Amino acid sequence: MADLNIDLGFLKLRNPVLTASGTFGYGTEFAPFLDLSSLGGIVVKGLYYGPREGNPPPRLVETASGLINAIGLQGVGVERFAAEVMPELRRHDTAVFVNVCGSDADEYFRVIDFLNGVDGIAAYELNISCPNVKMHGACPAMDPRTTREIVAGAKKRSRRPLLAKLSPNVTDIASIAKAAEDGGADGLSLINTLLAMAVDLDTRRPKLGNVLGGLSGPAIKPVALRMTWQVAKAVRIPVVGMGGIATGRDALEFMLVGARAVQVGTASFVDPGAAARIVREIEAECAARGIGRVSDIVGALETGR
Amino acid sequence: MKHDPAARISKKESWGDFHLLRLESAGLAAGASPGQFLMIRTAEGNDPLLRRPLSLHDAGPDWLEIFFRVAGRGTALLAEKKEGETVDGLGPLGKGFRLEEFGKGKAAWLVGGGRGIAPMYFLGRTLRVRGASVRVFYGGKTAAEIPLLEKFESAGLRPVCSTDDGSRGFGGFVTVLLENELKRERPDGLFACGPDPMMKITGSLALDRGIPAQISLEAMMGCGFGACWGCVHRIKKDGEGKWRKICEDGPVFEAGEILWEEA
Repeated sequence: MADLNIDLGFLKLRNPVLTASGTFGYGTEFAPFLDLSSLGGIVVKGLYYGPREGNPPPRLVETASGLINAIGLQGVGVERFAAEVMPELRRHDTAVFVNVCGSDADEYFRVIDFLNGVDGIAAYELNISCPNVKMHGACPAMDPRTTREIVAGAKKRSRRPLLAKLSPNVTDIASIAKAAEDGGADGLSLINTLLAMAVDLDTRRPKLGNVLGGLSGPAIKPVALRMTWQVAKAVRIPVVGMGGIATGRDALEFMLVGARAVQVGTASFVDPGAAARIVREIEAECAARGIGRVSDIVGALETGR
Repeated sequence: MKHDPAARISKKESWGDFHLLRLESAGLAAGASPGQFLMIRTAEGNDPLLRRPLSLHDAGPDWLEIFFRVAGRGTALLAEKKEGETVDGLGPLGKGFRLEEFGKGKAAWLVGGGRGIAPMYFLGRTLRVRGASVRVFYGGKTAAEIPLLEKFESAGLRPVCSTDDGSRGFGGFVTVLLENELKRERPDGLFACGPDPMMKITGSLALDRGIPAQISLEAMMGCGFGACWGCVHRIKKDGEGKWRKICEDGPVFEAGEILWEEA
């Protein structure tokens, strides 16, 4: 049986499969469908400091092999998260990553200051893809300087390892990745959703209440794989890849291009047991290929002729 | 709440665009109550990607039925399934109708429009077992769009029907038929499912008369079990409108807590 252990440097995982923020609720929703302790870890829904209303519906549009969402990061805020969600999650033996949001730099820092005092969190994932009020709705991850500054500020305050989650909606993702590394990020996760829209020809209206949304699902896998490869080549810190992963094969492809771990996103909506299934499929794929340690495949892509 | 990747279709009935499938699955049927729903995959592979939410039309210890109308590619694919084939289902999901107060001597009126009639059979049957008296108001655009009328009749659920074109029963909207009957009788509760305008009017008819009403909302859903936050509706809570999840907090809400203006 293949050894699925993964060492991120700052954290050891029992296997490379995490769940992606925004697709796994607060984790407990999935307890009826899978054993949370069978996963490498979970990344819970993005948290702003206070509760968030989210966007008006419609919030979802299904597209060819994909899903556009404009939820608007509706959520309970840090206080209810600490009081109601974490006590539940602490009962499960799994690494809990909290996705940290902010509408400006200060809010990211306040969320981290608060969560530093909450037990049972393994690491933070800084969601620098949130629309920033001071950047007129653009996100920090679109600019290398802002990325470096926010990551550095967050890292200074953080008592825990810090991943920066990158947006694919940029001209050169490798330069943003390097800026996050320069800012002190312990690791990077990518990609967030691709900015997208859908319209109704008959009503001449946008299909989403928010007009714009983020595309996820199998449709984005080739783009995500390409960006994961580019980023993994550009930085020394560990990279966590995601974007359309639905099978163990998909997961191993991301690892092949350099991801040390992966996140399963939209697949969990369709198959709530997807993340646990993917762990089993990775094991079977490794066995079929005679791979003894799954970590051996990380970055093993051969591009020479 | 269970995931059954292979619930066998043991019966299929079709009436034009409308279809009824009976699924054999003890897992999906366990604890099922009227107003709950299933999330069904309509095809293998990635396209269509998402499951479709489908209301429980009826259920027993190890089987359930869904009744749906072809509305797009997903439901069209589901309609192609044949007896003996299997479907991948998740359920039962959501909070169904609250029936504690509907026992012997209570009168419950059920209002279903189009495919919104789906949950009313299971609900009507369950209410009858509880001893309540049931009347069903069944509306459609034409006679062809109310294919379950005889089924409700045979089950003793006393249906009256309306068609927009007058081709069967009362000519006009089912809400007008309901309003006429409310002038003569007063039920102890109303239960409704159908197009938004129908549910909105049914809700206000009930609220104006002080009759408790439970409305089952419909929405496109990403997951069906509360994780994606995609299927929200404006619901009044502590005097304030909030986006609440239809899949998890509903799909059944009290008429008085549903805010229609913003959603």
